[in-house]
Amino acid sequence: MAEVRLEHVTKRFSESVAALDDLTLEVGDGEFLILVGPSGCGKTTALRLVAGLEKPSSGTIAIGGRIVNDVTPRDRDIAMVFQNYALYPHMTVYKNLAFGLKERHTPKPEIERRVREASGILGLDDLLRRRPAQLSGGQRQRVAMGRALVREPKAFLLDEPLSNLDAKLRVQMRAELKRIHQRLGITTIYVTHDQVEAMTLGDRIVVMSNGRVQQIGKPQDVYRRPKNLFVAGFIGSPPMNLLRGHCTDGRIRLGELELPWSGPDAPEVAVGLRPEDLRPTQDGGPSLEFVVDVVEPLGNEVVVHGTTAGTAVESGAEEEAEIPLVAEGARAAITAVFEPADEPAPGERMRLGVVPERVHLFDLRTREAIGR
Amino acid sequence: MSEIQTIELAARAAEEPKGQPTAGRFLFSSWHLVLIPIAVVMVIPLVWMLVTSLQTLDETRHYPPTIVPTSLEFRNYADVLQQAPFARWFVNTLLVTIACVAGNLLFCSLAGYAFARIRFFGREVVFVLILATLMVPFQVIIIPTFLIVRTFHLIDTLGALILPNLAGAFGIFMLRQFFRTLPVELEEAARIDGASRLGVLFKIVLPLSGPALATLAVITFMWTWNDFLWPLITIYSPNNMTIQLGLATFQGAHQTNTNLLMAANVMSMIPVLLLFFFAQRYFIRGIATTGLKG
Repeated sequence: MAEVRLEHVTKRFSESVAALDDLTLEVGDGEFLILVGPSGCGKTTALRLVAGLEKPSSGTIAIGGRIVNDVTPRDRDIAMVFQNYALYPHMTVYKNLAFGLKERHTPKPEIERRVREASGILGLDDLLRRRPAQLSGGQRQRVAMGRALVREPKAFLLDEPLSNLDAKLRVQMRAELKRIHQRLGITTIYVTHDQVEAMTLGDRIVVMSNGRVQQIGKPQDVYRRPKNLFVAGFIGSPPMNLLRGHCTDGRIRLGELELPWSGPDAPEVAVGLRPEDLRPTQDGGPSLEFVVDVVEPLGNEVVVHGTTAGTAVESGAEEEAEIPLVAEGARAAITAVFEPADEPAPGERMRLGVVPERVHLFDLRTREAIGR
Repeated sequence: MSEIQTIELAARAAEEPKGQPTAGRFLFSSWHLVLIPIAVVMVIPLVWMLVTSLQTLDETRHYPPTIVPTSLEFRNYADVLQQAPFARWFVNTLLVTIACVAGNLLFCSLAGYAFARIRFFGREVVFVLILATLMVPFQVIIIPTFLIVRTFHLIDTLGALILPNLAGAFGIFMLRQFFRTLPVELEEAARIDGASRLGVLFKIVLPLSGPALATLAVITFMWTWNDFLWPLITIYSPNNMTIQLGLATFQGAHQTNTNLLMAANVMSMIPVLLLFFFAQRYFIRGIATTGLKG
């Protein structure tokens, strides 16, 4: 086990574009760190640099205190799980698991012991004689994990290991991964674009975009205090509602809504409201008028899409293919999450209560959060 | 999911070939009206050869030629084996062929893998140059090749037949193309698992390249077995001749024992026929996938 440290690491595949731009990052011994971001944000590149599959254009990478810039993947003593598992198709599960140990000239009884141990942890005992083609997706995923486990490496690198599983299996394997990490305590770097995986698995998460780190922190901190508009729009599902407003004369103004404000004036701000912080209200407190458009009952909660007076702000975290709900006139599409008992009907008009302490503010010029 | 499917395909390809389903194999198609006459035209010379090899010398001179055998002179085959060092030629050819097949598999794998996966300075230029040699007819390089082989003092030895044919642009090209279709993650996983470059090639890439290697082996076997011009130039002692060269010695300046020549021919064809019978699909793949001479 060891800590992994990246200092000012930049990777360019061509002159003009940096896939990774000045990344500085420290992964503590035994920590479970998540790199999360939309596709093309550089998270996989960062992982491949740590693995030694790519060389950094500049900067240093250290594993366990040793600078490994010029060390081959085999000598870095790390294990990696690939998105498509990359199981050796011509070998049985047993041989797949044993391959890394064999290549390192581990004595046979030791190989046998470690393979049995890993297959026990992952429930692969009955599959050891099968070939990868004879396994289901979930089984392959476990073999890929097992191949990393038997090595007892300094660090685990996982590249979207759950993204090829169906939803139910993904939830199951997510818990499995957490259990394995709690049991073995191996330093882990985990790449994903799935923010639920990021929130549930990570000791800390690193939100990335366009090759740059946007925010590093504990999942709850990143969720509660997003540093900038991108993080605000990326972390949270459904994403945070962002509406144009301004802060003047000690008030935050958002359409007809006014909230007290003690910070400096800011003429152009984005007011961020988490869907789960918006609840129907009738008491005369601060609130937004809201017209229900689409209702999505999920059982334990109800996602309500609708519109309010105002202008939406883009966070930059929207998927390219994502089409914003069309709002007519000067109205912005927003989303709220209700208790099942509050399920409204489409077309219903209501007021959504706003808790002043839960409102996020971002300066529209710098796109950074405004502290208070 | 597509990458996973690729890996599965590679896995399936690496496994032993399965027989075709028998259902529908003998269904008649209108294409047969074209294919059957063509097949007959192709088969007639072979039948004629077989028949002639079983005739007496007088019968072979009969006009019009007899397609239906009137006698079965199996002693022609015994005569061939007695009159000429046929067994020796057979062994020589086998040695040369095995050496060339092994050499091509090894060296073309190494070169093909380097061109497919290792980034090095000038890779594309060198690869194009190697490809370009496919366009140079053999007749053009006979003399320089001869001079090189003579420098090594290999003229009139089997080495003259083996050395220049240990690797070829065709094999390098074909294997490179195949290696590039294998998922690169497999190799990356193996490198992280601790395999060296050569380890990756021999333990991961080659075991998954069975069909491509078989195709290259079959094609190299056939080229080498049937080669005539190069042995003709470099070999002159009867003891060092290959079959194809030896067959030519049956054709005398004044008289040709056609029946013996044909008997020798039939024997020389047996290995190639066997190979074709058992590895037909690799011939087809070699020609179909590369669009090159076969």
